[in-house]
Amino acid sequence: MSNDGGSNVVPGREEAGYDDATASGGGFRKGAFGVSGSGDTSGFGGLVRVEPGGAVALHSTERPYGGWFDEVTDALIEAVGQATYDAAVQRVLVDRGEITYFVAREHLLALVQALRDDEALRFELLSSLSAVDYLDSGGPAVDPGRPRLHVVYHLTSMTYRRRIRLEVAVTAEDPHVPSVTTTYPTADWHERETFDMFGIVFDGHPGLTRILMPDDWDGFPQRKDYPLGGIPVEYHDATIPPPDTRRAYR
Amino acid sequence: MTTTQDPYAGSRETTEGRVYTVTGGDWDATLGADPHENERLVVNMGPQHPSTHGVLRLVLDLEGETVTKARVVIGYLHTGIEKNTEYRNWVQGTTFVTRMDYLAPLFNEAGYCMAVEKLLGIEIPQRAATIRVLVMELNRIASHLVALATFGMEMGALTGMTNGFREREMVLDLLEEITGLRMNHAYIRPGGLAQDLPEGSVEHIREFLKEMPKRVADFHRLLTGQPIWQRRLKDVGYLDVTGCLALGITGPILRAAGLPWDLRKVEPYLGYETYDFEVPTADTSDAWGRYLVRMSEVNESLKIIEQALDRLEPGPVMVEDRKIAWPAQLSLGPDGMGNSHEHVAHIMGQSMEALIHHFKLVTEGFRVPAGQVYVPIESPRGELGYHVVSDGSTRPWRVHVRDPSFVNLQATAAMSEGGMIADVIAAIASIDPVMGGVDR
Repeated sequence: MSNDGGSNVVPGREEAGYDDATASGGGFRKGAFGVSGSGDTSGFGGLVRVEPGGAVALHSTERPYGGWFDEVTDALIEAVGQATYDAAVQRVLVDRGEITYFVAREHLLALVQALRDDEALRFELLSSLSAVDYLDSGGPAVDPGRPRLHVVYHLTSMTYRRRIRLEVAVTAEDPHVPSVTTTYPTADWHERETFDMFGIVFDGHPGLTRILMPDDWDGFPQRKDYPLGGIPVEYHDATIPPPDTRRAYR
Repeated sequence: MTTTQDPYAGSRETTEGRVYTVTGGDWDATLGADPHENERLVVNMGPQHPSTHGVLRLVLDLEGETVTKARVVIGYLHTGIEKNTEYRNWVQGTTFVTRMDYLAPLFNEAGYCMAVEKLLGIEIPQRAATIRVLVMELNRIASHLVALATFGMEMGALTGMTNGFREREMVLDLLEEITGLRMNHAYIRPGGLAQDLPEGSVEHIREFLKEMPKRVADFHRLLTGQPIWQRRLKDVGYLDVTGCLALGITGPILRAAGLPWDLRKVEPYLGYETYDFEVPTADTSDAWGRYLVRMSEVNESLKIIEQALDRLEPGPVMVEDRKIAWPAQLSLGPDGMGNSHEHVAHIMGQSMEALIHHFKLVTEGFRVPAGQVYVPIESPRGELGYHVVSDGSTRPWRVHVRDPSFVNLQATAAMSEGGMIADVIAAIASIDPVMGGVDR
C-alpha cells in the first residue's frame, strides 16, 4: 500500500497550495492511485491531497463523554486512583457511540484487572484482541518516535451490558506489550495471533508462538509494509498484476 | 589422551581410529520405575481426519485411554482474508468475509455490512432489515443442522448425519432461490441487499416452515431418546459458566452452561427486540446440553422467520443515497445473473448522471469516513465481532474478525483433558468449530 514511499512524500506547502491551518494534524497523499513509477500517463499521479487527520488523528474527547461513558470512567478512576488513571490513560475518544481509552502499556495490567474485578465495572469478557498498523494512514507522519502498531482490546461487561475499547500503541522497533492472559485466559490465542500477524511481543504470555502461519515463517503478514503477494496472471494476452500492485483509487 | 566418558557410547582409541561401543537397555534404571511412564503415548489426530471437523489437528498425550494433555494446532486453512480486504473496495469486502465461516456466510456478510454502515452513519430500509433477519435465521437453521449432522457422524450415528444434511438441503434450496447461490452469497451489501426477494420465494419459505417442525421432531425421535446417544453426550466436555467467561466462550456452549446470553436479546440489532422468541438454555454444561440448545434454537429460528414473513412490506431494499447504493438491480438473463436490462437501458440511453454514478461506484467505490467501530452479532456459534477501521479511503484500512469458532476452540483442553479419548471427539463436536472461521 505504501509503494509510493508512504509518508516520505510530503511536498512543499506552497506547491500544494494550502496553509498551516488546513493541514494541522493531517498528512499528505500523492496521486489518485496507489502506484508510482509505472508510467502512469493519466495525469492523476501528480495530484496531491491533504488528509484531514486520517485514521489515526490524535483527537480526544473532553468530558462529559455522555451516557454511561462518564459512569464507567468515574468508576475506573475510583478503582485505580486518580494518579494512576492520569498516568495510564493518555486520551479518551468517543466516536460513533463507542468509547476508546488510549492506555500506556506500563499501566495496562493494573487497568484491566480493575476493569474486570471492580463491582461497578465488571468487564468479565475480553471479546476481541487484535492490532492495527497505522503506517502511512494519512495522519501525522510515522517516525520511530510515533508508535504505529496499536493493540486493540474490546471488553464486554455482561453485568451492565456495556462495551469499551482499550488501545495500546507501540513502535515497531520496541513492540512489547504486557500479556493480559493472567486476567483474561481467552487472550491466549488472540495474543498469539496478534504476534503472528503483527510481531507484537506479549511479555508474560505462557507460550507465544505463531498460530496461523507456519512456525518458520519470516515477517509479519498483517503489517502494512508486508506485501500482499501474488503473481501476475496472463489472461487473453493481457497481464493482470497482483492485487497490491494494481492501480487502485486511494 | 583423555576422552569424556559418554554413558551410552563409550569410546577408545585404536590404530584404526576411535571406536565407539554403544550400550543401552538400562532405561528403567535411568528413568526410575514409573508404572505409567511407558504407557504414555502421543497421538497425532488430523489435520486429515473425519472426526476433527475439518483441517483441525490435535496432539493428544494419552495414558491408556485417558487424555492427559490436549493441544490444538490450527492454521491449515489460513487464507489471509483479513489482509485481502485491505486491497479491495468496501463492497468487494462482502465477497471475502462471506468465505470465512462458510456454514454461516450470511452472518459474516451482515456483521461486516453493519460495521460499514455504522462507519458511514447510515440506516438501511426496513424491508432490507427484515429480509436480513429472515435469511440469517434460515442460515442459522442450516448451520445448526450441519452441527447436528456432523455431531451424529462423529458419534457413529450415521442416520443423524444423512438426515441433517437432507434437511439442510431444504434451507440451501431456499437460500439459492433468494440469493442465487447455495453458499458464499454476497447477498447482503453495505447499504442493504443485492436484490429483493424473488417472486414465489415467500410461498416456498412458508412451505418450509410447515415441513421443518416435523423434521425436528423426527430428529428428536431419532437421537434424543436414544440411550447410546445420551450416554455418549451426557457429562462429556464439561465447562461451566466461570470457565466459559474465562475462556471467552459464547453461543450455545455458554447457554448450555445456563447463562442466557444471546446478543439478539441483550444488544438487539436489526430490530430483533421486536421479535417474539426465547433464548433456550440448559444447565448441564456438557455436550448433551449443547445438543439440546441447538435443537431448540432451530425451533426459535422458525418462529422468527414466520414473524419476519408476516411483517414484510413492499419497499426498497437498498439505501436511497445514489453515492453509496450499488447502482444495478440484478436480474436473471438468458446467460445467468447480471445487471437488469432496464438498468442498462437507463444508464446507456436516458441518464448521463446515472451512468456517471454507475461508473464511479463500480470502478472507484464509495469513501467511508475515517474511524473505527466494533459490531458484534450473534452467529450460530456465538459472538461474531467485526472490528473495522477506515482511513477515509475507498478501501478498508483493517478488518479484524472476532470469530466465535476461533475463541471457542480454545476450550478443547479444558473440556477434554482427564477424559477418555473417545470423549474428545464428542467435546469438539459439541464446540462445533468451523475451520474456515478459525483460520480465516
